[in-house]
Amino acid sequence: MYVAVKGGERAIDNAHAWLAEERRGNLAVPEFTTDQIREQLALAVNRVMAEGSLYDPDLAALAIKQARGDLIEAIFLIRAYRTTLPRFGGSLPVDTANMACDRRVSATFKDAPGGQVLGPTFDYTHRLLDFKLAADGEAGQVAEAAPLQGPTPHIMGFLDRENLIQPEPAGEETPADLTRAPLELPASRALRLQALTRADEGFTLGMAYSTQRGYARNHAFVAELRIGTVAVEMEIPELGFAIEIGEITLTECETVNQFQGSKTQPPQFTRGYGLVFGMTERKAISMALVDRALRWKELGEDDIGAPAQDEEFVLYHCDNIQATGFLEHIKLPHYVDFQSELELIRKLRRDAQVAMQEAAE
Amino acid sequence: MTEYNFAYLDEQTKRMIRRAILKGLAIPGYQVPFASREMPMPYGWGTGGVQVSAAVLTPDDTLKVIDQGADDTTNAVSIRRFFQRTAGVAVTEKTTEASVIQTRHRIPEQALRADQIIVYQVPIPEPLRFLEPSEVETRKMHALEDYGLMHVKLYEDISQHGAIATAYAYPVKIEGRYVMDPSPIPKFDNPKLEMAAIQLFGAGREQRIYALPPYTKVVSLDFDDYPFQPSKADHCCAICGSTTSYLDELITDDAGGRMFICSDTDYCATRVEDAG
Repeated sequence: MYVAVKGGERAIDNAHAWLAEERRGNLAVPEFTTDQIREQLALAVNRVMAEGSLYDPDLAALAIKQARGDLIEAIFLIRAYRTTLPRFGGSLPVDTANMACDRRVSATFKDAPGGQVLGPTFDYTHRLLDFKLAADGEAGQVAEAAPLQGPTPHIMGFLDRENLIQPEPAGEETPADLTRAPLELPASRALRLQALTRADEGFTLGMAYSTQRGYARNHAFVAELRIGTVAVEMEIPELGFAIEIGEITLTECETVNQFQGSKTQPPQFTRGYGLVFGMTERKAISMALVDRALRWKELGEDDIGAPAQDEEFVLYHCDNIQATGFLEHIKLPHYVDFQSELELIRKLRRDAQVAMQEAAE
Repeated sequence: MTEYNFAYLDEQTKRMIRRAILKGLAIPGYQVPFASREMPMPYGWGTGGVQVSAAVLTPDDTLKVIDQGADDTTNAVSIRRFFQRTAGVAVTEKTTEASVIQTRHRIPEQALRADQIIVYQVPIPEPLRFLEPSEVETRKMHALEDYGLMHVKLYEDISQHGAIATAYAYPVKIEGRYVMDPSPIPKFDNPKLEMAAIQLFGAGREQRIYALPPYTKVVSLDFDDYPFQPSKADHCCAICGSTTSYLDELITDDAGGRMFICSDTDYCATRVEDAG
C-alpha cells in the first residue's frame, strides 16, 4: 500500500535537528556570541529592532543568531515574542530636539546652530573591499571631540518661524496602537507613520524611489537627518510625575517638499517625516518620502494613481512579516485545491473537445 | 511550557477574539475586523485559525487538526503540537471524538454534530477580492449588498468555458444576505456547510473573523440554467473503496501512473477498520 502520505511528525523533527546543525556550521570555527552580533553587526540589529517594533539590542542579536542571519526571520522572532509582552502604558512623546546627536546633517542649509556633524557614516567611504579586515579587524585610536552641550534645534523650526513651512500643531489625542487594534481605512497620519516605521526597508525604499522617479513626485530636500540617543520618559501615576526609564537611539528625517498655495493662501513648503529605531537612515529617509506621498489628499494634491499615493496599497503590503508569510505559504500542501482544479480543467477540456468534434462533423 | 498562558494567548486577547466570534455568529457571513496577533508561526500557516481555536479551547476539549483532510500533514502536525504544548489539551485523529476541529482546505466526510466546533484557516476572507482589490471598495459592496460583479464573473466563466470555472473557495450566500468565502475548500465540500456544528473562520493576516451558526442557510452561487455542481475525481478510493469521498490524486511511477485515495485520512482508516 502507498504509505508516503504518512510521516509528517518524524519529518518535522528531523528537519529541526538538521536546521540546528546547519545554524552552527563548521564546528572547527568558533561559535560567535550574541554580544559580538550586537556590537559588530549593529546595523542588522537596528533593522531587526525597527521592523520588529521592539527596542532590545540583546534580543535582536539573539534573533539574528537563531535566524542564521536571515533578518526577516529574525524580525519575525522578535514580533512573535513582542506579542506575548504585556503593555504597561505609553511613554511621553520623545523629544528629538534634545537628542544627543551622533550625526546631524542638513541638505538645505550650509550651516545652522548645532552644525553639520557627519558621524559614523558610510557616505564618503570608497567602497573598496578592505582585505586587511579579513585578518585584523582592530580599529585604531580615534580622536574625540567634546560633545555638544544643550539641545540641537530642528532646522524645520527656522522655516516654521518664517511661516515658510506648513505648520504641524501638536495634537492632544493619543493615537491608536496598530498592534492592538485592526487597521481600518482611511488611517490617520499617526497610524500610517506607525505602519511605515515598522515597514520592510526594501519595500519602503522602493516606494520612496518610485516617487523620486515621477510616480507622485514631491521633490524632497532633506532639511535634516539626525541620529542619536533620546531619553524615554514615562508618567508614573503613583508618583504624579514623569521619570526617565531609559535611552534609545533613533534616526529622524524631516524633508521639505514642494510648496503649494492658492489665491487666498501664500505658498508654503510641505513636510515629510521619518522616525525609526536605531541607526537606520536609509529607512528613515524612505519613510519621510512615502509619508509625504501619502499626504496628497490633505494637501489638496491630485491623485495621479501612483502606488506610493495609495494608502491601502502601501499599508497593506509594507509589512514584511505578513508579506513573507503569505508569499511562502504557497509552498504548503495545496493538493486538495489543485485536485479540484485538475478535475475542472479535465472536464472543460473534454467538453471543448466534444464541441470541436461536433463542429467538425 | 508554563511561561505562556493556556493556549498561548493572554486572556485579554482571547476575550477580544471571543467578542469578534460572537459578533460573527450574530451576523452570519459578515467579516468582523479583529486585532490579530503575531503568532509564533508565520502568517499563511493558519494564524487566524490558531487564534480562533485558542479563544474557544477549554482544558476539557479534544482537538483534531487536519490539513488537506489529513491529520498527518506537516502543518497539521505542527499546529496540533502547538496546542499540546501550550494548552495541554487531549488530541485525536478521530473526527467523532473531537470537540474542536481546526481545518485547512477540507470539511471532514463524517457529518459533524451539534457539540462540535470546526475552525477554518482562511487566507483571503474577501470573496470579492480578486474582482476588486481594494478593501475600502469591497466593504462598501457588502454594505450595499452589491454583488453584481460576482454574478458577472460567474456569467463570464460560462460564456468563456461553458461552466463556472471555480473549483475551490466557491462563493456562497449566507441566509440570503452576505456573500462569503468558505475558505479554499473544494466545491465538493460546499453542500456540507449547512451543518449542526458551529463553524468559525479565522483570517490572521487579513485580521478578519466570520462565522456560521448551526444550520445556517448556505447557498452556493449559481444560475437556474447552470446549477451549482459539487465535483470530485471520477474514481473510488484505492484504499477503502469509497465512491463518495473526496479523493487525492497521487502519481505512483515514472510512467505517470495514478492512484486515487481519500483525502480525509480518518474517514478512510475508519472504513478500513470497520471492514475488518
